[in-house]
Amino acid sequence: MMLIPCPWCGPRNETEFHYGGQADVSYPAEPQQLSDADWARFLFYRANPKGIFTERWNHQAGCRRWFTIRRDTTTNEIFQDDSHEAVTR
Amino acid sequence: MAELHGESPLAARTETLADSSVPGALQLSEVAFTAQVALRVDPKSPAAERIGTAVGTMLPNQPGQVARTEQLQILWMGPDEWLLVGPEGSAERIQATLTEALGEEHGSVVDVSGNRTIVEVTGPKSRELLAKGCALDLHRRSFASDQCAQTLLARAGVVLLCRDTERPSFWIFVRASFARYLADWLADAAAEYRV
Ligand SMILES: [Zn+2]
Repeated sequence: MMLIPCPWCGPRNETEFHYGGQADVSYPAEPQQLSDADWARFLFYRANPKGIFTERWNHQAGCRRWFTIRRDTTTNEIFQDDSHEAVTR
Repeated sequence: MAELHGESPLAARTETLADSSVPGALQLSEVAFTAQVALRVDPKSPAAERIGTAVGTMLPNQPGQVARTEQLQILWMGPDEWLLVGPEGSAERIQATLTEALGEEHGSVVDVSGNRTIVEVTGPKSRELLAKGCALDLHRRSFASDQCAQTLLARAGVVLLCRDTERPSFWIFVRASFARYLADWLADAAAEYRV
């Protein structure tokens, strides 16, 4: 069980959260200019790194807010901000 | 024509809860028909300040903080969201007060009294009982009087409110459709305390 630090409620069990995937995927500035391939790339293509991944989570069973954390996909250590110190895992 | 009457979500579990209570250890009962109003407003806005003045206490700004007035308990539900809980029949009055104080500013005031009912758990065994289905640390040093938390209890989404730590007392806000399930779970969890 991962312990995920909600910026509002503090660390909670992962069962309270909903995963939102890769963070910082911004909507295309001019969607009508996009080719089908680029549109598909925006919609479906996500990084899948072994290591630190910046991702979105929603505290669904708690305060229901979205937030961003960095998680090491190999160890599930979670980092907040730019620090290298794991908050929880 | 059939006569209309209101029935609380746990009316059918009144006996279950009463039978699960153990004198001196645990008391379980429904607190039915409380007025509950959901408020969303920018906490830094003048409207939030006006609302604070109108209800008689500032809106709590710390996660899990609860503010009290004579009539109301105001639960922190999110950085721009609160749940105001008042006595039966006061929903319209609370709503009117909030709406007037909100004025033209961006925000929302919704009567959600029908959303959740409340199970009151009191007695020395309350904490132990809740801990069977709740991952939060309910010890008084981390979950004290006038603190609330939205979390899972026996996999059901609830709002937990600590009313008192000296003589342990909790309110469990649970959605009407989950209420009977949760009452049955509580009864089962409380069985071991019966002698
Ligand atoms: Zn939260």
